[in-house]
Amino acid sequence: MSADLMKASPLGTYVEYCKKGELAYQVCTDDNTPIFHPRAVAPKTGSANLEWRVSKGLGTVYSTTVVHAGKDVPPFNVALIDIDEGYRMMSRVEGIDPMAVKIGMRVKVKINPGDDKQLPYPVFTPAEGAK
Amino acid sequence: MSGRKRGSVAVVGAAESDLGLVAPHTSPVDLMAQATMRALDDAGLKLSDVDGLFVAATQVRMGPMALADYLRIKPKYFDGTIIGGSSFMSHVTHAQAAIEAGLCEVAVIAYGSTQRSVSRAAASPREYNHYESPYKPILPISAYALAAARHMHQYGTTVEQLAEVAVSARKWALLNPVAWEKEPLTIEQVRKARVVSYPFTVRDCCLVVDGGGAIVVTSAARAKTLKKKPVYVLGTGDTLSHLNISSMPDLTVSGAKDSGEQAFKMAGVKQSDVRMLSLYDAFTITPILFVEDLGFCKKGEGGKFFEGGKTAPGGSNIPVNTSGGGLSYCHPGMYGLLVMIEAVRQVRGECDKRQVKNCDVALAHGNGGVLSSQCTVIFGSEATL
Repeated sequence: MSADLMKASPLGTYVEYCKKGELAYQVCTDDNTPIFHPRAVAPKTGSANLEWRVSKGLGTVYSTTVVHAGKDVPPFNVALIDIDEGYRMMSRVEGIDPMAVKIGMRVKVKINPGDDKQLPYPVFTPAEGAK
Repeated sequence: MSGRKRGSVAVVGAAESDLGLVAPHTSPVDLMAQATMRALDDAGLKLSDVDGLFVAATQVRMGPMALADYLRIKPKYFDGTIIGGSSFMSHVTHAQAAIEAGLCEVAVIAYGSTQRSVSRAAASPREYNHYESPYKPILPISAYALAAARHMHQYGTTVEQLAEVAVSARKWALLNPVAWEKEPLTIEQVRKARVVSYPFTVRDCCLVVDGGGAIVVTSAARAKTLKKKPVYVLGTGDTLSHLNISSMPDLTVSGAKDSGEQAFKMAGVKQSDVRMLSLYDAFTITPILFVEDLGFCKKGEGGKFFEGGKTAPGGSNIPVNTSGGGLSYCHPGMYGLLVMIEAVRQVRGECDKRQVKNCDVALAHGNGGVLSSQCTVIFGSEATL
């Protein structure tokens, strides 16, 4: 099925999943490659055969940094997460000292609901032992 | 891949604009124009000789048009390719192709920025990207910090080794009269500086200054008739690997591996032939990645490469960033053009106290975006032809 950008956009669909508390990604059904960020056309194959799937929401920290944005903002984490279904995304690991976020740490998704100015987006919390 | 010929073109003029903090209301195009005339003078050429124009800038949307209008010239060939700080190395490749094809003969490549005067945020506004922006990384710094953290995890690279890169750059800068930084720097000072995006402190990050530069590229035949000794383009290589850091396949391997292989193949030289490295040091991790990916040491050993001042003046390794680099000399936003200017001056033997002996071959490597574009140019003197 070809993407119809008159009806729905990749980001629009992704955000709809976020609103339901779900982390969604796409798979190109021509070659079964997981795709993130969502697109209208699959990378490499150029195919429009893109199927939406919902991730189990588990992943592993691939890299991590602690951002010091200024005196008025407490330092916060920014991380790259390798999601178990086989793709990587940027996110934030919450509920833990940002300096305690380590590469290799297991994490689980939760959706930040956003507000009037910010679309919802996924963040992660520690999930030690999650397989 | 390359239909271009080794040594078919040469850099015949190279100059910086005024650097540092320029007078209020100076425009980026003022700086480009100033550098262009200085570079033409360096070559012994006139504005009316210019028939090719290559410009990239973040504050000027239509660079070639802006500079052509300012100087009231009508170039036969122009190119505004913008892929971040490495844009100008790719312009060298494109200029060589255009000159070989007879589309132009005297190409000016120019850049200017007033990012210190107007602020980095104003000079280089970023696009909103829902897959990264909500997490508020300080870009590009946090992206490079993620690469550094991964390199540390995978290869045991230390924050002290990162600091060594900044300390070596500072030692060179103290030998460069136009460098922004004038005081010595220690590893301890780097580590105790304000943290910006861990593991980086502000001293792991490049300077934010105003400035620009220009180089003049022409055919080898024309180059021989001009004022200075030509600095030949022996080989170049360009790569785009990703846009955002979340799409970079392996944060410890940059596209410099590809661009370097292309450039060395075309140049027909080996790493051991290269006498100095001019590497885009936006952050202390980048020269570490580039000495590995360009084949000057094994993957994972880049940190050790810089330890104990081995790339600093009098060091036992190849000299790196003799200008003082983006970390201590100047960094007006997209710094790649100035990376090449230093390599050209070293091959000419114009570097006075920081001159590398017998510098017949120099490698200039540019980086753009968040390790996204990598472009390499190998320069050689007449003796290397």
